[in-house]
Amino acid sequence: MATKLPKVPVVIVGMGWVGGIIAAELTKAGISVVGLERGKSRDTQDYYHVHDELRYASRYELMQDLSKETVSFRNTMKMRALPMRTYGSFLLGEGLGGAGVHWNGQYYRFLPYDFEIRSKTVERYGKKKIPENMTIRDWGITYDELEPYFVKYEQMAGISGEKEVPSNIGKMSTPFATAPMKKSPGMKLFEDAAKKLGYHPYVIPSANLTEVYKNPDGIERAPCQYCGYCERFGCEYGAKADPVVTVLPVAKQTGKLDLRMHSNVTQIIHDGKKATGVTYVHTPTGEEYTQPADVVILAGYLFTNVRLLLLSKLGRPYDPETDTGAVGRNYAYQVNGASTSAFYEDREFNLAMGAGALGSSIDDFNGDNFDHTDLKFLHGANIRFTQTGLRPIQYQPVPAGTPKWGAEFKKASVHNSNRVLSVTGQGASMPNRYHFLDLDPEYKDAFGMPLIRMTFDFEDQDRELVKFIAQKTKDIADQMGATKTEVHDSIKQYNIVPYQSTHNTGGTIMGSDPKTSVVNNYLQMWDAENVFICGASNFPHNSGYNPTATVGALAYRTAEGIQKYLDKGGSLV
Amino acid sequence: MANDKPNQPQDESRRRFLKYSGTALGGVVLGGVIGGLVGSNLNKTTEEETPAPAAKQPAADAKDYNQALMFFNQDQFLTAEAAAERLFPKDDLGPGAKELGVAFFIDHQMASAFGTNSRDYMQPPYYKAEATQGYQLVFKRRELIALGLDAMNKYSTAKYKKLFVEIAPEEQDAVLTAFETDKTEIKDVPASNFFAMFLNLTLEGAYADPLYGGNRNMAGWKMRNFPGNQMSYTEYIEKEEFVKLEPLSLHDHLELG
Repeated sequence: MATKLPKVPVVIVGMGWVGGIIAAELTKAGISVVGLERGKSRDTQDYYHVHDELRYASRYELMQDLSKETVSFRNTMKMRALPMRTYGSFLLGEGLGGAGVHWNGQYYRFLPYDFEIRSKTVERYGKKKIPENMTIRDWGITYDELEPYFVKYEQMAGISGEKEVPSNIGKMSTPFATAPMKKSPGMKLFEDAAKKLGYHPYVIPSANLTEVYKNPDGIERAPCQYCGYCERFGCEYGAKADPVVTVLPVAKQTGKLDLRMHSNVTQIIHDGKKATGVTYVHTPTGEEYTQPADVVILAGYLFTNVRLLLLSKLGRPYDPETDTGAVGRNYAYQVNGASTSAFYEDREFNLAMGAGALGSSIDDFNGDNFDHTDLKFLHGANIRFTQTGLRPIQYQPVPAGTPKWGAEFKKASVHNSNRVLSVTGQGASMPNRYHFLDLDPEYKDAFGMPLIRMTFDFEDQDRELVKFIAQKTKDIADQMGATKTEVHDSIKQYNIVPYQSTHNTGGTIMGSDPKTSVVNNYLQMWDAENVFICGASNFPHNSGYNPTATVGALAYRTAEGIQKYLDKGGSLV
Repeated sequence: MANDKPNQPQDESRRRFLKYSGTALGGVVLGGVIGGLVGSNLNKTTEEETPAPAAKQPAADAKDYNQALMFFNQDQFLTAEAAAERLFPKDDLGPGAKELGVAFFIDHQMASAFGTNSRDYMQPPYYKAEATQGYQLVFKRRELIALGLDAMNKYSTAKYKKLFVEIAPEEQDAVLTAFETDKTEIKDVPASNFFAMFLNLTLEGAYADPLYGGNRNMAGWKMRNFPGNQMSYTEYIEKEEFVKLEPLSLHDHLELG
């Protein structure tokens, strides 16, 4: 029997970026918040011995323990989904700060085109341009409406970037909070080559500080040391913005945040119209609690958000056969695989040095910044050179045709370890009627509850995009003065084994149609007005960008919506 | 509930952290150990201008009491050592797997939580998988590696009438290739799964921090000019020329008193 706790105004499920931002904003406004986090507490002192590739990068120290919960996967509805038994394609965060702790810090606002992708595509190319089963849609919010919230996130995190951004991306009302990252020789080669071709390179905006910065909340942090351990690692300097060093201290300082670790939410309690609270298990003791609340906020990773709704039977599950319902719809990912490696016989680069967000990129082939009339795909990719700090276990650069082991392999991999620069495309992922999330009929988590099941594959859209973008990466790399270049231009089926990207999106998408979206543009649930769901699970498609900027902006908007709701109640739109 | 009270040892280390607080990094006073480390590492890198005295390296025949087996039997260990050396052989660039201690690394990994798949989803049922769905066997890593090594000896004995460690290097390569490509015609073990895992472990053993038993004396890193675990590259990141640094390991991070 669950212990019933006293009612609180707000309960948040998951204390990563979204949970942290909302907790900070609400508590600053004097609202009491309970934050439930199923993982453990963490701070910068935990990362004193973080420069350990085996433990953190290869053994996934900071990631969710899959023995307790994973996802199941199949390419198509005809296949039997099987559990992801060990990590591969993407990594699930866990613990205080969530995946916000081990991100790379690459910060891109989505394009104005992204938010109105359907209207703009139809306007420029006509309805027929959209292939059958591609379920792109407008987001129910425009770039201009979301712009002030991007600014809030940038000022809070101290995002670094160039004063002027290229005109082919969204206009900024306020410049970035700090100066751009330093330029490595590889970045200069990339930028010079891109300019020669008439493109518009810029230094990647970064959540790693470039100078001492005090944010509007009074949080002061130190600059990045380019130590080369960002993605999969926590930052021992606190230079990389993460929830634990930015928003959570602010929330804690108000005295209004009741943060409960090891608290695994298993159900949203509701009457079909409104939620009354959540049930959670305190995992160290096995005790079950119910936490009544006026407002319930789902702030987990997309799999958690979708799964909790389905397990709680809240909202209408998506059915791909009839194309009805909403929860689980429009699962999308990131389409990587287009790249060119430039080999230099005559020089070596300091590639062990770097930062997750160190690099330069162009958007000349992203969004609808180029004519798609004669192309067999929509959207595009951010094309970039990044210097994230290459580590010797996971990075074995060899020219094509080199054996995978033995004397020749050793010679080539050692020789090339500091001689290869890669130009890569981070491709957008368009939703498809048959790419979705639902509950697995067979596999269960450690509590005996169904796993989330993913049905996803690459389509012709993705293969065409990769082929096109790969050629663009080669055009640039060929201008970078290398001895030779090697292009990678094809992807096949989606395979969950090799690491690709932890940019999973969709499942609780936002929109203006209550029938086919889960939340409105305040991330308030259509089917339960006091439930707010926020994260990349809101994205109806994924752009050719890292998602955190847009997640952060949505979180600030959600926080505003919740305050409005607590004042007046009812639907916010 | 949010913050568990630190126990005694943590208090001790906290005192040590505090000892190093107060070092400024770009004007911000950093609490704890990081400040101390940044200072000490920057000093170290400037010292590198003059070649450091040769690191104390244990003589080849010196006993290292930290080195012994946790999981393999002796045959498995010797087979692993010989196989890893073929995958990552000694050459004029530097040491191979044997000298780097890769077989000890693999042995220790198999004895660890990784070897027992403790953080993997291991619940039934098990079905035959499509290649896109990943490893779907109930068999654990340590079981697969041990059985695979045994199978290599079995195969080598059948083919060459000798154990794997006794056959010529080219013959060892032929055995490894047979396992890599599933052409062993022995049903004991999913050969290519074993091979892929063993190859991966070999590279990890060559390049993981020395604390795990491989990458002896950071020789794997030195071969690639990988600087290991430095705390700051701010002063080098814009440099056009390649900067060679004597690597630091996690052990160096303990040298704080």
